[in-house]
Amino acid sequence: MSAQSSIAERFPYRIRIQKRLDNPRWLSILSPVVLVIGALIVGGVLLSIVGVSPFVAYSRIFRAAFGTPAGWLRGELYPLSDTTIKATPLLLAGLSVALAFRMQLWNIGAEGQLLIGAWAATGVALKLLSPDTPAFIMIPAMMLAAFLAGGLYGAVPGALKAWLGVNLIITTLMLNYVAAFWNNFFIYGPWSLRGFGLTPKFPRTAWLPRLTEFADQFSILRGLTAHAGILIGLAAAFILWYVLRKSKFGYEIKVIGDNPEAARYAGMNIKRNILLVMLISGGLAGLAGMGEVSGVIHIFQERISPGYGFTAIIVAWLAKLNPWGVVLVAYLFGGLLVGGDEIQPFGIVSMLNGVILFVVVGGELLLRYRVRIERSESVTQSAAAGGGQ
Amino acid sequence: MSENRLAVEMRGIVKRFPGVLANDRVDLDVRAGEVHALLGENGAGKSTLMNILSGLYHPDEGEIYVDGAKVTFGSPKDAIHDGIGMIHQHFMLVPVLSVAENLVLGLDEARFLLRPQKIEAEVEALSQRFNISVDPRAKIWQLSVGEQQRVEVLKMLYRGANILIMDEPTAVLTPQEVEELFHTLREMASSGKTIIFISHKLHEVLEIADRISVLRLGRMVSSGIDLEGVTKKDLARLMVGREVLFRIDRKAATPGEPILEIRNLQALDDKGLPALKGISLEVRTGEILALAGVSGNGQRELAEAVTGLREATGGSVIAQGREVTNASPSHVLEAGLSFVPEDRVGMGSVPNMNISENLALRNYRIPPIGNGWVMNLVAMREQAEKLVDEFDIATPSIETPSRLLSGGNLQKLILAREISGAPAMLVAMQPTRGLDVGATEAVHRILLEQRDEGAAILMISEDLDEIMALADRIAVIYEGQIMGEMSAEGADIEEIGLMMAGTRTAHNVKAG
Amino acid sequence: MSNYLIFITTILAAGVASGTPVLFATIGELFAERAGVINLGVEGMMLMGAVTAFLVSHTLGDPWIALLVGMIVGGLMSLLHALASITLRADQVVSGLALTFVGAGLSSVIGWSLVDVRDAPRLPALDIPLLGQIPVLGQIFFQHNVIVYLGFIMVPIAWFIINRTRPGLNMRAVGEYPAAADSVGINVFRLRYLYVFVGGLLAGLAGASLSLAITPLWIDGLTAGQGWIALGLVIFAGWGPFRAAFGSYLFGAIRRLPLDLQGAPPLPLDAHLILQDPLLSYFANMLPYLFVILVLVIASGEALRKRLGAPAALGIPYIRGERGI
Repeated sequence: MSAQSSIAERFPYRIRIQKRLDNPRWLSILSPVVLVIGALIVGGVLLSIVGVSPFVAYSRIFRAAFGTPAGWLRGELYPLSDTTIKATPLLLAGLSVALAFRMQLWNIGAEGQLLIGAWAATGVALKLLSPDTPAFIMIPAMMLAAFLAGGLYGAVPGALKAWLGVNLIITTLMLNYVAAFWNNFFIYGPWSLRGFGLTPKFPRTAWLPRLTEFADQFSILRGLTAHAGILIGLAAAFILWYVLRKSKFGYEIKVIGDNPEAARYAGMNIKRNILLVMLISGGLAGLAGMGEVSGVIHIFQERISPGYGFTAIIVAWLAKLNPWGVVLVAYLFGGLLVGGDEIQPFGIVSMLNGVILFVVVGGELLLRYRVRIERSESVTQSAAAGGGQ
Repeated sequence: MSENRLAVEMRGIVKRFPGVLANDRVDLDVRAGEVHALLGENGAGKSTLMNILSGLYHPDEGEIYVDGAKVTFGSPKDAIHDGIGMIHQHFMLVPVLSVAENLVLGLDEARFLLRPQKIEAEVEALSQRFNISVDPRAKIWQLSVGEQQRVEVLKMLYRGANILIMDEPTAVLTPQEVEELFHTLREMASSGKTIIFISHKLHEVLEIADRISVLRLGRMVSSGIDLEGVTKKDLARLMVGREVLFRIDRKAATPGEPILEIRNLQALDDKGLPALKGISLEVRTGEILALAGVSGNGQRELAEAVTGLREATGGSVIAQGREVTNASPSHVLEAGLSFVPEDRVGMGSVPNMNISENLALRNYRIPPIGNGWVMNLVAMREQAEKLVDEFDIATPSIETPSRLLSGGNLQKLILAREISGAPAMLVAMQPTRGLDVGATEAVHRILLEQRDEGAAILMISEDLDEIMALADRIAVIYEGQIMGEMSAEGADIEEIGLMMAGTRTAHNVKAG
Repeated sequence: MSNYLIFITTILAAGVASGTPVLFATIGELFAERAGVINLGVEGMMLMGAVTAFLVSHTLGDPWIALLVGMIVGGLMSLLHALASITLRADQVVSGLALTFVGAGLSSVIGWSLVDVRDAPRLPALDIPLLGQIPVLGQIFFQHNVIVYLGFIMVPIAWFIINRTRPGLNMRAVGEYPAAADSVGINVFRLRYLYVFVGGLLAGLAGASLSLAITPLWIDGLTAGQGWIALGLVIFAGWGPFRAAFGSYLFGAIRRLPLDLQGAPPLPLDAHLILQDPLLSYFANMLPYLFVILVLVIASGEALRKRLGAPAALGIPYIRGERGI
């Protein structure tokens, strides 16, 4: 008690947090904007501490990510195209995370599911189907394989969670590491190109179509490498939005996410839903992996993801787990990644990601509550009383 | 020591919570050595006022004097330092710790090392002095509710409390345990301790209190009245602000065939120990069978096992001739058995979803709302509009999240949902706990209407007043077994109390 | 025969050394969780502890000061989580994740120039006299870096504090039923801050011991998931220090297996040749992570059987006046 009093004497204020009873619409729209700006300020302070000028860093990131209007007029669309490329896996993996988080399933394994999806797509393109297979069979087959492989890779920890109550966070996270070693075995072992850490190039039929392939019709697209993966992502966002809004399955996801006991009471099959959601969640992340190998690099190698699966968590949370929000935020974070390639050291972007997430989780509450710092009469008095005793 | 010396004075206490004025310029005088009852409805501000007196809340305005000296409490620790200890409705005991550990929790002596033997010896001595028997080595979770309450009393005595606040202490006790408690309280009062007794039960207050203060809607409507010439009716009018009917108008039941049959049902509790040891009950159409008992004697397990939420390890449940033992909750519902759970927020509703979604919780699968794999959102909203209107649920809109509803309105929502499908059978658990008088009356009316329309209702309640008011037949549960069954007509509270404490003889005599 | 004995002794000794950092992190997280706060930021705090300790050792040349700095940095990091999850009542899962992202990113920025440093002073090795001479056991337990012995001491101390002292009692009360603790004047918020901070200090120590003694260098992502493994081991340990130590050392042995297998003595059927196959090392490297999953499955089965569990208030922000009061 004495320690408490002395603290109170030196700092006679207390923070009072009161819940807002209303949740005005302007707040829900404004809050992410305010929070991101807040995060950029905090990140800027951190950058200057470690000796990087935040203004230089931010302006470089922004230009690299989105270009300038003057540049667009000159036909320089490549920043937007590059950002689209990075946004594609973030969108798919972000949807994966958002779906699982909606049901309070902390799937931190999007990264591993993405890697396994890439592995499965590669297997189909290089080993399972002949290079002569036409694209309209090859691409769907790769998608299916990636979805199923990623899905199963999510369903296993999902099943452990549903039937044995095993902590999903830890299992999905451990499986990220396992997936990396699994892929490396194939990359350096059976699928290796002459012992190098990569596979042979995919046949053309296993490439997702890119903008530059339409350069003959539209010359402005020449050299732009954004690929059809973004369309898969947008389609997934639409389907997810529709399912969550209109379907019984979506209703069950929302009920289970908010109150599992009520879901049980309503007669919902929670275990089956956990399994299903983890399957779809893993599948979406798997598609993200397929997009990388089939749309971007056309080979299978070790470093296909700079942590898309982790950034996806931030994307999903910032989007408030809303599918259309994920579309928007994924694009912004795609820009951050593109811009991040322009500045050294590489960790800056990853750090900024963390800061943004932090400010968002901490700040959400600040905005949802009214926080007042007030001089606390009663505390000072009780300190005085304590001193007198 | 003069009779009128004041132990506690509270002056002009104001406490605001977001959207609520919980205490509005409340004054309270409590004399040393008296049992002072603080009477009021649920939500009248009694607990808030006492939480302020016990240091848990800071008042926004107002002053407190203890034994004539002005005090300001920063925490409950400050309050106990000045001799004020509060026993909350939910016991403040850590279940995994032992009695002795709970008693010394937060105390200043033994700054670092715990010496269990020493503490246990002290506790033993104390419990002998006050004649309150408790094993200091027992873990709290192993104790019955009544024993836990004794631990709470000991804990306060151990801390040297002179002013003991008890928040609704009788809610969890059998009538005999209540008598025992009152005896202890009177003894403590006569040895100079001051007791503040929070309650909303008029007959208890009249029995135990020396003086009474009444709170209504956060205001003190009557401070420190003596019992001379005060009737139950007067108190009720003070408490509620209008005339209260003590007996609900009800027709005589016209029971028909038994349609809900529970036969030798067995189930385990959450710790894996047997909670139901062969329960057999029959509920007939058009009657309310009330299951009385002290909380924690298997009521929750029974309700859950009957409704498919808990695995039955033996026995059977038959609803309208259909065996539904260990059927899924949705099958049980389809068989015509609805369920109003005890925990309205934790099980009965989805707090962050809106009212219309909450009202669809039990019929989202079936037409018109369920339509193939999608849901008809228009039909869902129409249902909500209709039920909100019909059951008089006070809400800004059907888009309001259910967490913003008051307890009474939330219960109406749950009842509306469970009853709208005209179920043949209804299990209602603690249907009015925590509700104010108006909402309680509404819920009782709804239950009686259902009965009159021919539903078979199993009402599980710890509130004997409620049971006496609504039941057609009464069964008593104790440690997972039915102690006896009787007609509500002319049922003897004393006898029910004995059964609640585990005595079976009364029933056997009666049955024989 | 003696070949096999040497081989197994080597594996176990390596396990004790290599399990030491994760042991610190596990004990730290155990304290935080016993007080009711999950901190998923262990990985980030370890990385920050590791990189700052390495940096300080490299620039000042004193590994002991470096160790201290690593601890403090870990502790300071944890206060971010405490602020978000205790005061601001943010979701503990997401806040902890954010901490890991910040730690991973920031450590990478700070460690940018340290990647090629090989000569930073390390913590010394210390053979315990007499005990170190005991055959086999001496080699397994008493011929180690000095930091390893700190682990030996910490385990019983942690047990003693939790189970036999007043601070431990208060901590358990806060993690099990904060409203009850609050009602008897225990400052729930302050204690939760304290034990989250303790968790941060130990995670920082874990990281620093890695970069100063066990894997003495800095590379990006040095911890390779050991912070997450610590979180898993806390569950496996049933929130008790001795089982945490058992799990940590076992994990350490498995983590070192791919390296140790290279020195496998000749086995029947030429099995050692298979064990030494470089391609097998990819699978051997999966083992520590699979081990944690397996251990969690076992622990959860056990929890279901014995109906044991986490501290009752784990992960739930304490709000005065709501539910339970």
